[in-house]
Amino acid sequence: MSKKRILISGNEAIAEGAIQAGCNFYAGYPITPQNELIAYMAKHMPLSGGVFIQAESELAAINMVYGASAAGARAMTSSSSPGVSLKQEGISYISGAQLPAVIVNIMRGGPGLGNIAPAQSDYFQATRGGGHGDYRLIVLAPASVQEAYDLTQTGFYLADKYRIAVMILGDGVLGQMMEPVELSARKANTRILKPWALTGCKGREPNIVKSFFLREGALEEFNLKLQKNYGIIRKKEVRYENLFLDDAKLILVAYGTMARIAKSAVGQLRLTGKKVGLIRPISLWPFPEKVFQPKSKKVKYLVIEMSYGQMLEDVKLAVNGVAQVEFIGRSGGGIPSEEEIVRKVHKII
Amino acid sequence: MEKIFVHPETLYDVSTHYCPGCGHGIAHRLIAEVVDELGIREKTIGIAPVGCAVVAYDYWKFDCSEAAHGRALAVATAIKRVRPQNIVFTYQGDGDLAAIGTNETIHAANRGENLTVVFINNAVYGMTGGQMAPTTLLGQKTSTTLDGREQQKHGYPLKISEMLALLPGVHYIERVAFYNPQGVLKAKQAIKQAFKNQMDNLGFSLVEILSPCPTYWGLTPKESLDWIRDVMQKEFPLGRIK
Repeated sequence: MSKKRILISGNEAIAEGAIQAGCNFYAGYPITPQNELIAYMAKHMPLSGGVFIQAESELAAINMVYGASAAGARAMTSSSSPGVSLKQEGISYISGAQLPAVIVNIMRGGPGLGNIAPAQSDYFQATRGGGHGDYRLIVLAPASVQEAYDLTQTGFYLADKYRIAVMILGDGVLGQMMEPVELSARKANTRILKPWALTGCKGREPNIVKSFFLREGALEEFNLKLQKNYGIIRKKEVRYENLFLDDAKLILVAYGTMARIAKSAVGQLRLTGKKVGLIRPISLWPFPEKVFQPKSKKVKYLVIEMSYGQMLEDVKLAVNGVAQVEFIGRSGGGIPSEEEIVRKVHKII
Repeated sequence: MEKIFVHPETLYDVSTHYCPGCGHGIAHRLIAEVVDELGIREKTIGIAPVGCAVVAYDYWKFDCSEAAHGRALAVATAIKRVRPQNIVFTYQGDGDLAAIGTNETIHAANRGENLTVVFINNAVYGMTGGQMAPTTLLGQKTSTTLDGREQQKHGYPLKISEMLALLPGVHYIERVAFYNPQGVLKAKQAIKQAFKNQMDNLGFSLVEILSPCPTYWGLTPKESLDWIRDVMQKEFPLGRIK
C-alpha cells in the first residue's frame, strides 16, 4: 500500500502533524515567519472537529491553551520569537499546573523586534524554561519538513505522557521551506486518560488545576515532584542523530536547519579524507550529554549555530573540559555557510 | 416543617480566610446557593482569580482552575469552547478584570463568549496590601495614592461595566452592592440570571458587585457598608446596565 506523500511547508507540516496527533484546540496570534501555521489551523481544525481561536494577544493565546488543556484537550499554540517571549508567563503557569501542551517557536532574529530572518537565538529561552520558576520544557528541534511533521506528533504524545509542555523549536527556514512529506500516524495517537482534567465533578470529588502552594513546605514538595519527572525524561527521552563518530577526529555539532548545512560540510570534508563526524541533537532538552563522552582527549568539537554561543554552553558542560570545543555562530540574518565550516575545519585539523 | 435556611451543598463547611467584614465570603456563598438551586454543581467549572480569592476552590465544591493574573477570561474561553456542555464562570477582582486583564475581558466579551463573570469591585488591591485599583475613587487614599487618587496623576475610576455594555457580544450586565440585606438578595438574583443566561446560550453575562474591603479602606465593617451606600454607589450607579 502506498503512503500518501504531499508537498508542504514546515509550518503546514507542523499543523498537519498536530491534527494527525489528535490536537483538538489551537489558539494563535499572527507573527512572521509562522503565519502559514495559523492559517492552516484556521482551515483544518474545524474540519477535524477541533476548536480554532485567533486570540487577541500572545498572552491570551497561551492562556487559552492552558484552559483547553485543563479541560482535557490536546492543545497547541504557535508563534515566533517576540511572540514566544510574551507567552512565557503562560508557559510557566502551564508547567506549574502540570498541563500538557505543545508550543511551536519558528525562530526569527532578535533581540527586540529584530527581523524576520531565520535564527536560532532562542535556544537559552527554550532549554532553560524561559519564564519564572524551576521548570523545563521538552524541546524538539526538527531539521526537515518530514521531521517537523513527525516530531510534532511525538510532542503531543510526550506532553500527555509526562504532563509537560513540549516546544517544537524551528527557524524561519524550516517553517517556510517546502519538502515532500509522507503522511503517517505515529505513536502520538495513543490516547492517555486524564483523570485530573476539569470536566465537571459528576461522580467524583472536584478537580483543581493550580500552581499555587501556600502552605509551608508544599511548594518545595511539589517542585521535587517536578524534578523527579524531569529526571525520568532526562533518562528516557534523549534524541539525537550522529554520523561517523567511530573514527572522527573532529565532531561538528549543530541542530535544526544548521545541522543540514553541517551535514553537507561533513560529506564534502569526508571526500577529501578529513575525519569529521556530526552530532545533531534532536531533543535540545533533555540534551544528549552522553554522546559527548570522547574516547580520547584528541577528539575535538566544532559547534555551529545561528546564534552566538548558546548550545555551545551545553556542549561545553557535556564535554566537561576534557576536549577542545571550537565555535562558529552568526545571527540576525547571517547563516554560517558550508564553505565557512569547511575553512574552519581545515584550520582545526 | 420546611427548612428555609440550609448550608449550600456547593460550599464546603469550613471557615474562610477572609478579613472581618470582607465581601468575598458573601459572594462565594451566593454563587454556591445559585449553583445548588440551578442543579449545576456537577457540571460547573470555576476560574479562581489571583488576589484574595485565589483559594476560592477551598470553599466551592466543584471543578476549578486557577488563572494567571488577568487571564481568567482567556482560560474560561478555552474551557467553554472545549466543553460547551459545562457551565463555566470566572470570579475576578477589579485589578484582575479591569487593569492587568482588560484586554482579555474586552475580547472575551466582544466575542460574545457564553460565559458568566462575577466581578468583585472593592476599589482597591486587597491581597497585595491596599494599592490603587483601576476602580479606586477620586480622593480615596491607598498605599500608592497617599493623598488620595487625583485625576491629573492617576486618571479616573474605570467604569468597565459601562464600557463592556457598548459591545454587541455582551448579553447582560448588572451592578449590585453588598451594603444591606436587600442588596445581597438583588446580587443573588443577578448572579442567578447570569448563570441562567449561560444555560440558555445567550452569551456573555457579567455581574459587578460593589463589595466591602474594611481592612484597606481603613474603616470598620459597618462603616464600610455605609461608605458603599453613601459614596461608592454614587460613582458606580447600581442597576441593570445592559
